Amino acid sequence: MVTRDELLTLYEQMAVIRRTEKAAHDLFLSGLVKGTTHLAAGHEAIAVGASAALREDDYVFATYRGHHHALARGATPEECLAELMSRATGLCKAKGGSMHLTKASAGMLGSYAIVGAHLPMAVGAAWSARLRGTDQLAVAFFGDGATNIGAFHEALNLAAVWKLPVLFICENNLYMEYTAIADVTAVPRPAADRAPAYGIPGEVVDGNDVVLVQEAVDRLARRARAGDGPALLEAETYRHYGHSRADPATYRPAEEVERWLKHDPLDLARGRLAEMGVPEEELTSIDERATAVVRAAAEAAKAAPAPDPAEALTDVWADGGAAWRT
Amino acid sequence: MADLMVTQKAAAQRQITYREAVAEGIAREMRRDPAVVCLGEDIGEAGGVFKTTAGLFKEFGPGRVWDTPISEQAIVGAAMGAAMTGMRPVAEIMFSDFLACCWDYLANEIPKVRYMTGGQVTVPLVVRTANGGGLGFGAQHSQATENWAFTVPGLKIAAPSTPADVIGMMASAIRCDDPVIFFEHKGLFASKGDPAPPDHVVELGKAAVVREGADITLVALASMVPVALAAAERLAREGIDAEVVDLRCLVPLDVSTVLASLGRTSRLTIVEENPYQGGWGATLVSVVADEGFGLLDAPVRRVAGECVPLPFADALEERVIPTVDKVVTAVRELSAY
Ligand SMILES: Cc1ncc(C[n+]2csc(CCOP(=O)(O)OP(=O)(O)O)c2C)c(N)n1
Repeated sequence: MVTRDELLTLYEQMAVIRRTEKAAHDLFLSGLVKGTTHLAAGHEAIAVGASAALREDDYVFATYRGHHHALARGATPEECLAELMSRATGLCKAKGGSMHLTKASAGMLGSYAIVGAHLPMAVGAAWSARLRGTDQLAVAFFGDGATNIGAFHEALNLAAVWKLPVLFICENNLYMEYTAIADVTAVPRPAADRAPAYGIPGEVVDGNDVVLVQEAVDRLARRARAGDGPALLEAETYRHYGHSRADPATYRPAEEVERWLKHDPLDLARGRLAEMGVPEEELTSIDERATAVVRAAAEAAKAAPAPDPAEALTDVWADGGAAWRT
Repeated sequence: MADLMVTQKAAAQRQITYREAVAEGIAREMRRDPAVVCLGEDIGEAGGVFKTTAGLFKEFGPGRVWDTPISEQAIVGAAMGAAMTGMRPVAEIMFSDFLACCWDYLANEIPKVRYMTGGQVTVPLVVRTANGGGLGFGAQHSQATENWAFTVPGLKIAAPSTPADVIGMMASAIRCDDPVIFFEHKGLFASKGDPAPPDHVVELGKAAVVREGADITLVALASMVPVALAAAERLAREGIDAEVVDLRCLVPLDVSTVLASLGRTSRLTIVEENPYQGGWGATLVSVVADEGFGLLDAPVRRVAGECVPLPFADALEERVIPTVDKVVTAVRELSAY
């Protein structure tokens, strides 16, 4: 069971992520973030709870909705916001953008914008851990929509037959882009219900409760590390914003939105902390600290320089360059 | 067709087949570097459908030679994940046509991850695949697909034409810190050539002048190299002295060897198996037009495949892909210009 101090840390991480997402949204509205963003406000408990259960040398692969995973794995709000604002100091030197946040040094091996693509990669990272004789784990976070793409099924099967230490964690937020997953999926649990077909455990967890997520991931991670193979965890959650910047999410029934907003991951954690006897002021000061950190990060990112255009012709090849001919 | 592809020289020393060279090239690297592992369909005990991995399973065992389900996305996606985390995977996609099944990995994931992460992640893998026509396998098992890869920045593309080059280029491909698509030509598997000396390494992006000549440059790749060489022999009897350049790689593309050859011959014909539209020859021609226009005394010609799916029957296939006759005709016309 998580201790008071551990939960305070998890809460603070979630508070920073929530504010970073808000900052991304605001910067976007003021024209400083180009392209698109897929905000994960509402999903914080999955990234933070899972990361708390992982080791530093484990691998994580995420989707275009991956700000929370990058932050939970140790990317700073400044690096992330600078990347979103196309600054030279961005997490990926402004070459990745919102959909590709990556912090390889922290085992966060990328955010992928092709639905389902990274599931086989996580299988490969787990395979590599086995080959190298380490007991590292690989985790793929993905949306409910990804469960209907071929790569999901190929990845599950390969991980299962090779008995690899990989966790598939579905963030089921009930919608793909604008379509409800229930309208296009033959089973009620798009992820967990498929697990039996591959002979692996498929569990469901309240994805807004950081403690339950941490416990579930911890248990499945131990199992995988012990050599018992992959598992699938379906974490139920809800996104607060629309699918991407352009989407006001009007397709969601008002009472559904209201119900889920009342089931907010930060509120849930606060409730647990209150039960543990943490005074309100302590939580307020955490909130204030998070606000200050993100505000400073946004300012620093804004002040950072644009990338040198010459950078456009670097990093294609391992020698750092991009030459395709002699 | 296959006869044409048998390498000309009958050397005194024992020759090896192109197919044996593939396994030999991989085995040499697996002996050298424990991070090299193979995965693919039927590549283990079965030795591969083209027997290009024969002996690997016996020597290296199931811990390094992994049979996979029929899951092209999983094969290439997993190779990518393993490459990102310290291994040197060599993935086999049985027929190059099936690259389309995992095209997302080749077009969107593998070649871009290094760039879009600002250089944080390197993907040192090799995807080997049996490419091209000449064996009557029909439209979905005979395509020369190297141009699919050629349109994607971030992939290196190797396509050797001789057994020694297979071994030398396999060494470079596996040691390369970048992703390499390694096209093994189906029509060349039975062809023989000189064995490769120990530690044979052929740098990627170095074309070879495989026949010297003064009148015209023929640039060819993979199975078209023996076709070009046979055409050059025929043309020699008519007094036309053709130089043949084996490009060996599309990325990096050895433009300097081509321009240097044009400096000697001032005429260019490109021999491509793939369809004319979108072929690599078009890129080469545009580079020559751009940088070597002054070297040319005549228009350039591309002898390329027809823009149709590859037909099944030998006679039809020959009609569609370049033959010695077609090359000879094109060169004759060009020499008269
Ligand atoms: C292969 C592919 N098809 C379609 C898309 C377009 N697309 C982007 S996000 C998305 C919805 C994905 O929904 P889900 O997997 O539930 O993830 P969520 O956005 O809810 O996190 C779609 C269809 C894509 N990026 N990749």
